[in-house]
Formats: sequence, structure tokens, C-alpha cells
Amino acid sequence: MMWIKAPVRGLAVLAFLLVLQGTAVAVQPNEMLQDPKLEARARELSKDLRCLVCQNQSIDDSDADLAKDLRILLRKRLVAGDSDAQAKQYLVDRYGDYVLLDPPFKASTVVLWVGPLLLLLVAVWLALSYARRRALGTVADAQAAPLNEGESRRLAALLKSEDK
Amino acid sequence: MMRRWPLLLPVLVFFVLVGFFIWRLVLMGQGDMPNMIPSVMIDKPAPDFELPPLLLNKPGLKTGDLQGRVTLVNFFASWCVPCRVEHPLLSQLAERVNLVGIVYKDKPEAARAWLAQLGDPYQALAQDSDGHTGIDFGVYGVPESYLIDKHGRIRYKQVGPFTPEDISGKLVPLLAELNK
Repeated sequence: MMWIKAPVRGLAVLAFLLVLQGTAVAVQPNEMLQDPKLEARARELSKDLRCLVCQNQSIDDSDADLAKDLRILLRKRLVAGDSDAQAKQYLVDRYGDYVLLDPPFKASTVVLWVGPLLLLLVAVWLALSYARRRALGTVADAQAAPLNEGESRRLAALLKSEDK
Repeated sequence: MMRRWPLLLPVLVFFVLVGFFIWRLVLMGQGDMPNMIPSVMIDKPAPDFELPPLLLNKPGLKTGDLQGRVTLVNFFASWCVPCRVEHPLLSQLAERVNLVGIVYKDKPEAARAWLAQLGDPYQALAQDSDGHTGIDFGVYGVPESYLIDKHGRIRYKQVGPFTPEDISGKLVPLLAELNK
């Protein structure tokens, strides 16, 4: 491959690495279940479960030891016949709603769910009242008292001088 | 001037935020770290488990052992550096409370060597080699400790190593209350 120039080779390596990066998953082959249907359910569920060590990764993404243990445990629950909701509840019972990346709507999470909406409403209200004030301002300007004779003459003079 | 007041809003928001940040900083100074997950196990009975002993001359641990007296269950491992830091404090605590240890995801021989080197303050020592009992307790890192009351209910959870402040400020008052 002597004829490939260095930059091209660099790009090729980069492209190869990008492809690899896309396929990298934390789930090890020996963790996977034989039954592809159950395995698919486990994968879907673990995408919604938070790794408690890394805290912003799902257990499906995380390489942490605990995430691996939780993945295996989740699969055990599914094999034992748990429904998706039961398997999730099993972990919520131990780690709380915190383990869910998509937290449920209830008293303790109201701020989380309603907060952004409230902020948006406040922002819209501020924007509207600002826009209305500006509109009122222009109307008020238009309704201002007409120029008296002296003012008209001065304005004409000013405009004339600017024309030159 | 009346309609100018919304201009002050950003200033108000700024001071509210500053106040919020100071509040959080003060709480963090008191040990309330944002990465600590509030336990849902508090005031619930300890989970069902039965774990084999680590040593020949000391019993393992099961749920039934947690009845009748206040017990501090300490999850630790020889590979865990903060556990080493915590060890001298635990040794002191062992004089005040029934201290039992669960070796979390560790090789038994490594745990035995660790205890031989640092000393063994535990009344019972059990092995949780697959970490399953840890998960049932809600462990997400070692060390973690759980204070269990006479009725086998979890009353307090310590995430990370005990500090002298944790012991004098939280654990000792709670111990006095639970031992009444």
C-alpha cells in the first residue's frame, strides 16, 4: 500500500474507527440470552435503566461492573417470567425512581415535569407583554400632538439641509 | 416607570439562582453530594438473603441474624481503596454496635489477606461473590453501610466511607435512639 499517501491513509483509519465506534456496545456476548425475543426485550428495557455508577448512562451503554450485574439480573428476571413492568419494578424497589431514565409523573417529580413548561409559559408571557408594549408605543407615537408652525418649519429646514 | 419592572426580572432571576447555588454548596459542605442517590430502602425490612461465611471460625450472615439487636452491616472489598480509609473508624465503631461485614464481589483469599493485614473488627463475615445481595440492599458502590434496628428494618444508609462527622453527627444519635 506504498502508493497511498499518508493523509488518505489517516482518513481511512479514521473512517474505520468511526465504523467500529458505531458498533461498540457494553453488552458482552456471554451475557446475551439464547432466546432472541427475550434478549430484544432485555435490550429495550436496559436502555431505560440508569447505571447508578455513571449516572448518565443506561445500563445498556455502561461498562461499569454494576451495570453488567444489573443486565444479568434483568435477564434472569425475564427468563423467570417477569413482565417488562415487573422487571423494572424489581429494580425500582431497590434503587428508587432514580434508576429510571424516564421518570414517572408523580408528586416527587412534578417540578421535573412541569418546571420547563412553566418556564416556557413565563417566557411566552414576557415576550407577549413586551411585544404589546412596543405596539402600544408606536400607536402612542402616531397619536402624538401635531407639530406647531415653528416645529414644522424647523423640520423642513433640517430635511432640506440633509438633502444637500 | 411602572411598565419597566420586567427589566428587573433578569436581576431577580440572577439572585434567585445565586441563592440556590449557595444553598447547594452549603449542603454539599455538610456531606449532601449530588451524586448520592436517596435510598428507597430506609424504614423497610432488610432484604431476604443467606450468605456463606468468609472465615472458618466466624459465622456468615442471613436475614434472621438481623433481628433482636441493632446491627451495622458494612459492605466492603479488598479492592476498594475508600474501604481501607474507613477501616480504622469501623474498628472503633465495633465497640458501640454489632458490626457485621459483607465482602462484596471479592476473592475470598484477597478479603482474608486484607483482614489479616488491617485487623478484623467484624462479628460476622459473609461473602457476596456475585453482588446479588448487594443489589437487593441497593448497593451501588463500596463501601456502603446499613444500620438495622432491632426489628430488622433498615434505618440508615451510609454511601461511601464513614467520616468522623458522619459518626458523631448521624450514627451515634441514631444508635442512642434505636438502643432505647
